[in-house]
Amino acid sequence: MEITNNDPPQPHPLPPPFTHTAPAPTLLTQGAEALLYRTHFLLPSHPCALKHRPSKPYRHPVLDKRLTKHRILSEARTLVKCRREGVSVPGVLALDAEGCGDAGSGGWMMMEWVEGRTVKEVVVEAGKRIKERGGGGVWEEGLRALMGKIGRALGRMHEVGVVHGDLTTSNMMLRPSPTSLQNGTTFTNGAEGDGDDAKSAGESLEGEIVLIDFGLAAQSLQDEDKAVDLYVLERAFGSTHPEAEEGFQEVLRVYGESYKGAKVVLKRLEDVRLRGRKRSMLG
Amino acid sequence: MAFLQSLNLAHIPPDLAVHIALYADVQNAPFLRDQLLQGSPAFEYALIDATVILSTTHVLAAVFRAANDHLNGRLRSRNVHSEIVFSLGANNNIAQSLRTFGITATTTDLLAIKLSTNPSITASTVSEHLAASVNGTPVEFSDATLAKMADGGKIRKLYKLSGVGEADSKGKRRRKDGSEEGSGGVDGIKAGSTGYDAERERKELEVAILGLMALRGAV
Ligand SMILES: Nc1ncnc2c1ncn2[C@@H]1O[C@H](COP(=O)(O)OP(=O)(O)OP(=O)(O)O)[C@@H](O)[C@H]1O
Ligand SMILES: [Mg+2]
Repeated sequence: MEITNNDPPQPHPLPPPFTHTAPAPTLLTQGAEALLYRTHFLLPSHPCALKHRPSKPYRHPVLDKRLTKHRILSEARTLVKCRREGVSVPGVLALDAEGCGDAGSGGWMMMEWVEGRTVKEVVVEAGKRIKERGGGGVWEEGLRALMGKIGRALGRMHEVGVVHGDLTTSNMMLRPSPTSLQNGTTFTNGAEGDGDDAKSAGESLEGEIVLIDFGLAAQSLQDEDKAVDLYVLERAFGSTHPEAEEGFQEVLRVYGESYKGAKVVLKRLEDVRLRGRKRSMLG
Repeated sequence: MAFLQSLNLAHIPPDLAVHIALYADVQNAPFLRDQLLQGSPAFEYALIDATVILSTTHVLAAVFRAANDHLNGRLRSRNVHSEIVFSLGANNNIAQSLRTFGITATTTDLLAIKLSTNPSITASTVSEHLAASVNGTPVEFSDATLAKMADGGKIRKLYKLSGVGEADSKGKRRRKDGSEEGSGGVDGIKAGSTGYDAERERKELEVAILGLMALRGAV
């Protein structure tokens, strides 16, 4: 037997019933825990996202099944709750938390397809444009509005008693609203930008925030949990988007206005930051 | 007979075809229900009271789940057809889901579904058997027909979704005749909302229902 190190990583097989799917689902991302595919729901014309949590061969099969089932159901439960209570998240279409076969195929969840890009991509693009053109223009104005929308979306989520557990700009999407696509933009009257620039800023920054990836979410009404949620995003934002770091203040400002109790959470965030700083000084 | 629709669900092998017939003004529901209760093999169907079905997607999502569990050898109820009815429910209680969504003695709007679980079950055998057994008016299996039959208030109540997708919870009215054009036809959707709003409200209700069916009460 020959052993080589340069074999490509073994792709995970799709779980049943998607081995029959035509056209085959397209793999979008492969994280540590899950694979994300684009496919369709009951008809080829109805796009959806498929999240597959494959079984882990190094875990005991009984434990593995239990963990997979728990994570699938926990994410689905949170999405369903959010959607019912008006937090903008993809709806759950179907799931299989059990898998099948002795080896275990893991579990899967189908959810509504969200058009648009991740907030990460959008902010990176805006940051680049702002750098090229200098501050104070349509891109900066649009980015600020986007930050406000994030604050409002997070406020709404916390208000209904959900903490996300993994807030990053990759776990939020900006879905273009149908009207913004038709009517151009709200930034066209920005005096600084030329028309084309305003149009592309509008097209890329306009839309609705949709929160995704609730694999680590929990239900909680504790200020501490909510503050930690914001702290995680603040840190992630600082390292992913150092050029747009001040923009984060706008997330917090709008968050603070967004529901009763938000101000207390912001106060708590100061404690969490202090503890975080102490810990990093010790570490 | 002409109204039987045979279709393939995405992801499900095509030999497991789905045959669906929708009827209005059914006169012999007590007879059909007895055949089901007796477990007569010829009457192995999912017989569903169409007034608790919101849309084609709503019922097909239940068929999809039952077919997948059938293929994985994981049925919880007697057969894949009772499993379809069970899969419409938002909890783990088989008897309750069969009672809530299945045909009753007073059913007049009836959805009959049969899967080709073996090659002898074909569109023509199903079509013939239904024509000989169901005393009712065949109508098209479509969102438009289901929307007219659907009792939105009842559907919201049994999924505990009051308020979801409702622009105005006070505007609820029963509208069994489906006479308001462009209203989407689902009761309980705000009277006077435009076609676009009604459609959005219906979609919102639908996605909430699919989520609850998928969870099956998992806590
Ligand atoms: N419903 C959706 N519609 C469109 N794109 C999606 C959807 N869900 C996820 N994506 C895309 O796939 C990427 C990965 O999805 P997600 O964040 O849920 O998975 P993950 O990070 O691998 O999961 P986990 O952290 O739970 O292991 C997202 O950043 C986004 O670009
Ligand atoms: Mg993610």
